[in-house]
Amino acid sequence: MDKLRQKAAELLQSGEVQMIIGYEEGTKRPRPCFVSTAEEAAKIIFDDRCTGNLAVYLTHKELIGGQKTAITASYFALRSILRLLTENQLQLDKLVVLTVSNKKELIQFATTDDIAAYLKTAPVPAREDDTVLIAKLNAMNREERWAFWTDELSKCFKCYACRAACPMCYCTKCIVEENRPQWIQPWASTLANMEWHINRAMHMTGRCADCGACGSACPLGLPIHLLSHQIVTEVNDNFGLDVNQAVSGDNALSTYKPEDKEGFIV
Amino acid sequence: MSEFEPKIVAFVCNWCTYAGADLTGTSRIKYASNVKIVRFPCTGRIDFMLLLKSFAEGADGIIVSGCHPNDCHYTSGNFHARRRWVIFRGLLNFMGIDVKRIQFSWVSAAEGAKWADIVNTSVATIRELGPYTEYRKAADYIAQQEMSVVDGQSFQTKETSSL
Repeated sequence: MDKLRQKAAELLQSGEVQMIIGYEEGTKRPRPCFVSTAEEAAKIIFDDRCTGNLAVYLTHKELIGGQKTAITASYFALRSILRLLTENQLQLDKLVVLTVSNKKELIQFATTDDIAAYLKTAPVPAREDDTVLIAKLNAMNREERWAFWTDELSKCFKCYACRAACPMCYCTKCIVEENRPQWIQPWASTLANMEWHINRAMHMTGRCADCGACGSACPLGLPIHLLSHQIVTEVNDNFGLDVNQAVSGDNALSTYKPEDKEGFIV
Repeated sequence: MSEFEPKIVAFVCNWCTYAGADLTGTSRIKYASNVKIVRFPCTGRIDFMLLLKSFAEGADGIIVSGCHPNDCHYTSGNFHARRRWVIFRGLLNFMGIDVKRIQFSWVSAAEGAKWADIVNTSVATIRELGPYTEYRKAADYIAQQEMSVVDGQSFQTKETSSL
């Protein structure tokens, strides 16, 4: 951590970057902070509790402007950064990507290949609660799953915190703001909530870093990140694209293979 | 249940299945009249929201059909559509939406008999499954929950007969 703070201070001092997006100590858990002076760099922290996906701020033009920015990226944030680079939403020459490995080494990535190589070797942070819930859902029959999701999604009041927390939701006009035709009712109702979450998950196909930020951002704690997680699983099972491959640029839906297999089309 | 007539919406591509369904007619093959055909330029154009909206608006079953792989008029529309269906179907199943009510198929312009067969099979399947009120009920799910609290008893499901 000291090395990270030192590096951050150096970057700002030398003027190499104008801002660092990192974590600082919050009331209950670490929160994002935006550091622009070398003195402030001392408050930066980075440990296992820093799970949110900071990559979401990189596409905020009002925040970044034309500045060169450094980011302390968690494992999942690195995936998102790779994907955003693939989708031409970031410029690598305006970005310094830092991370601290599980061996407490400070790593600065020079190329996208370096990030991809790191993602392959570094361990994926485990999320035990999700594993338990997924096992529970998989053991249910269809009617039970329907009851589970209608009940959960009936609570959603469409605050769109899930959208705001997602690095991939950078569209300037979202489908929920679309009103000609109005695909999804803007007010909260169970069916419209489901339609919104189905759309959100479908639009993440092959792009989702599976970071779970949407679920963590939900003020009601609805397990909505399991929907995009399911899609990550489907992409892997059906197209043989694991999530690291998918974020590195092997598009899932805008490409195809004539030999793609399915078992339900007659 | 005997008087239940399934409402089925078929989303078909202009070049293969629509022509195939035309052939069914000109060949004088009789098939169930429960299906309402919506013609699209290509299966690649069939947005998944159209399927969800059909269920919400009263469809009990859906058929999605287009050109066989390698036969797409636009070269690759059906290949892209196939990938999207794989993902979409998986997600719906995970959420407990009844994927047995959506029949995906490839019907070429020469397969009039196959089209009749697909429609008849789908109608039979849906007739057995019954009306898809479960999905439509989600539209007033919250009202139902509130009523059960007000009444202090479990909500009695009432059939929305208008659908």
